[in-house]
Amino acid sequence: MADQKASTSIEAVESGLAAQGYIASRQIATAVYLSQQIEKPILVEGPAGVGKTELAKAIAAWRGMKMIRLQCYEGLDEAKALYEWKYAKQLLYTQILKDKLGEVLGGAQTLHAALDQLHDFGDVFFSKEFVEPRPLLQALEQPGGCVLLIDEIDKSDAEFESLLLEILSDFQVTIPELGTVSAITPPTVILTSNSERDLGDALKRRCLHLHIGFPEQRLEERIVESRVPGISQTLRRQMVGFIHEIRSLDLKKLPSVSETIDWARVLVLLQAAELDTEIIKDTLNVLLKYEADIEAAAPQVTTFIAKAARSNVFG
Amino acid sequence: MRENLHRFFRAARGVGVHVSPAESIDAMRAVAQVGISDRAVLRDALLLTLAKSRDEKLALGDCFDLFFSQPEPRQDQPEADNNDTPQDADRTPSSGAPEGLGPLAQMLLSQDRDTIAAAIASASGAASLSDIRYSTQRGIFSSRILDAMGLQRLRDDLEELTATNPAQAERLRAALDALREAVRDTVSQGLALYAREEAENLRNEILRNAPLARIERRQVAEMRALIRQIARRLRERYSKPRKRQRRGHLDVRRTLRRNAAWGGVPFLTAWKRKHRDRPKIVALCDVSGSVAQVSDFFLLLIHSLHEVVDDVRSFAFSSHLIEVSEILESKSPEEAMSEIMSKVGFGSSDYGSSLVDFEKGFMSSLTPQTTVIVLGDARSNNLDPRADILRRIADRSKRLVWLNPEGRLAWGLGDSEMPRYATFCSVVRQCATAQQLERAVSDIVATYQ
Repeated sequence: MADQKASTSIEAVESGLAAQGYIASRQIATAVYLSQQIEKPILVEGPAGVGKTELAKAIAAWRGMKMIRLQCYEGLDEAKALYEWKYAKQLLYTQILKDKLGEVLGGAQTLHAALDQLHDFGDVFFSKEFVEPRPLLQALEQPGGCVLLIDEIDKSDAEFESLLLEILSDFQVTIPELGTVSAITPPTVILTSNSERDLGDALKRRCLHLHIGFPEQRLEERIVESRVPGISQTLRRQMVGFIHEIRSLDLKKLPSVSETIDWARVLVLLQAAELDTEIIKDTLNVLLKYEADIEAAAPQVTTFIAKAARSNVFG
Repeated sequence: MRENLHRFFRAARGVGVHVSPAESIDAMRAVAQVGISDRAVLRDALLLTLAKSRDEKLALGDCFDLFFSQPEPRQDQPEADNNDTPQDADRTPSSGAPEGLGPLAQMLLSQDRDTIAAAIASASGAASLSDIRYSTQRGIFSSRILDAMGLQRLRDDLEELTATNPAQAERLRAALDALREAVRDTVSQGLALYAREEAENLRNEILRNAPLARIERRQVAEMRALIRQIARRLRERYSKPRKRQRRGHLDVRRTLRRNAAWGGVPFLTAWKRKHRDRPKIVALCDVSGSVAQVSDFFLLLIHSLHEVVDDVRSFAFSSHLIEVSEILESKSPEEAMSEIMSKVGFGSSDYGSSLVDFEKGFMSSLTPQTTVIVLGDARSNNLDPRADILRRIADRSKRLVWLNPEGRLAWGLGDSEMPRYATFCSVVRQCATAQQLERAVSDIVATYQ
């Protein structure tokens, strides 16, 4: 009974994402479904350009929620990720309220009395008015929930990871002057990583770990179909088959899904009806980003076309 | 099912996937959401919650397939038995078996594979097969499972039958043999599932303390894996140097700059940070005779510490010295080592002329941040040791560490020049086993922290 519900809901996720132009494999759909059900962030790892960031966008669009993006980089700290005090505003207000303060404190005879009176005001200058929320805090304050995308977490410093732990496990942050801010609606958190460095165990433990690799041929064809509708079926098959052959080479940077889509667009623009050596050699620079890679792949083009064509006959 | 999941977690730990209690709770919750009827979805869910890297996903995927290829133990076994017996009783006349046989005998004679498999599975649950740790325990677990299935009763039945119905007894005996085989397979599978971790720990423990110079050929690959593990551990420990922030002196220039917006009122302070060097290592390795193996592992270890060590240059020598950094970086450990050996190995060692080679060619690579590590037994075949060069090396570098595979007792005996060299070294230590190697390298890296 529950099983039935689960598999239909996973299909619902799949079709929901597909409606936004994101063709998800079953693993991805399961991960999205589970993250919703057990309220856990998803840590997405995989090579560049397989649609890690796209996934977050698609989820946001599908659920009609706002997406808040935090791009990580070396040296990112809590002032830029979490919150910051509006120093200038604080300074300005103290200047404006100077006279007022004089009035208030005028009656005090001793320093002690003045201090006591000041204490009665409480921490006016360290109140919510003076907090500038940065992406993480913004995400917690969205009343309708949101999709929080923490992009390329592996680029940030190890210290920043520890900062995230509280948010990821409890959906709350602690600001020393204000206390703990909890999420109104727990946001859907997606973290992406290109595995440039190993992430800490503490962070991994708090997340569902999803690895998106290069898609299978069928899936990739569907992705191209949804992204580049103008392409003919034969050409689509051929080009995806060709790319799969290219991925078997030992290259510096293998072409990923984003390159496939770009290439499909280029081929449509050039009004190619079918792949041939000429057109591939002209457009190989869309697919491969290094001169050495192009040189390595160029001699193989003819055999790859033949192979791709042969596999199509049986596929 | 919960019992099964717990056994699965145990098996997962066996294949090296780190399953913490928190993760197992997550997995439970995930499984509760997706249900167990769709095995592919169940697999995805477990892989998502438990495995945290690509390697772990592969290992866990295999483990899942192996684990769920076993039939599930039946929870309702006692009831099922009761249900089965009358059926069997109905069937007995057709198969010609006499009344009054035990349940096991009836089951075997009925040749019902599924029932037998389920019975084996539930008996292995009763015998707590998941506790199996060593291959030597296979026998005892097999007999425990057979006992749990009612072997005693079967023996009695068999004896009785031999007297009354020899043909039937023959069939039963054959079935019993098949059963024994099936149980043995189950136990082997259980061993593969649950005992991997334990066996590996034990083997590694032995390996760590085995003298590197004398390990057998078949252990070399295992040793390499162990060295890689050690490298990983060292990397994890040292690759993230803790910054000592907000300590020491105020950085006036940066503070003023940062607070320019507030008219120089220092809202934010900037502190001078302690600058810390990452290790630079120059390694000189003796590759002659018995030291070669140790050098091999040492070089493998040093060169897999990329995240921790800034810069490594390695040199190999026996009678003369060459730089081998390039070879080690570009080739697999096996190929690299054989290439190095073909270039400089197998000669009789001459520390003097090797040191001369180093001074002539590479002395300029030493900086005050460099740690020089010499690995060798300091047996120079009574040739001039040229300790003066070693002194100059020590003067130019931060530290000079000598790792000697021989025990302290042998230093200075025969043609060993160790005492002479030792006067110029910051540290001299014995380094004969993987454990000592780990400690030595860990100490070297720690001095930079």
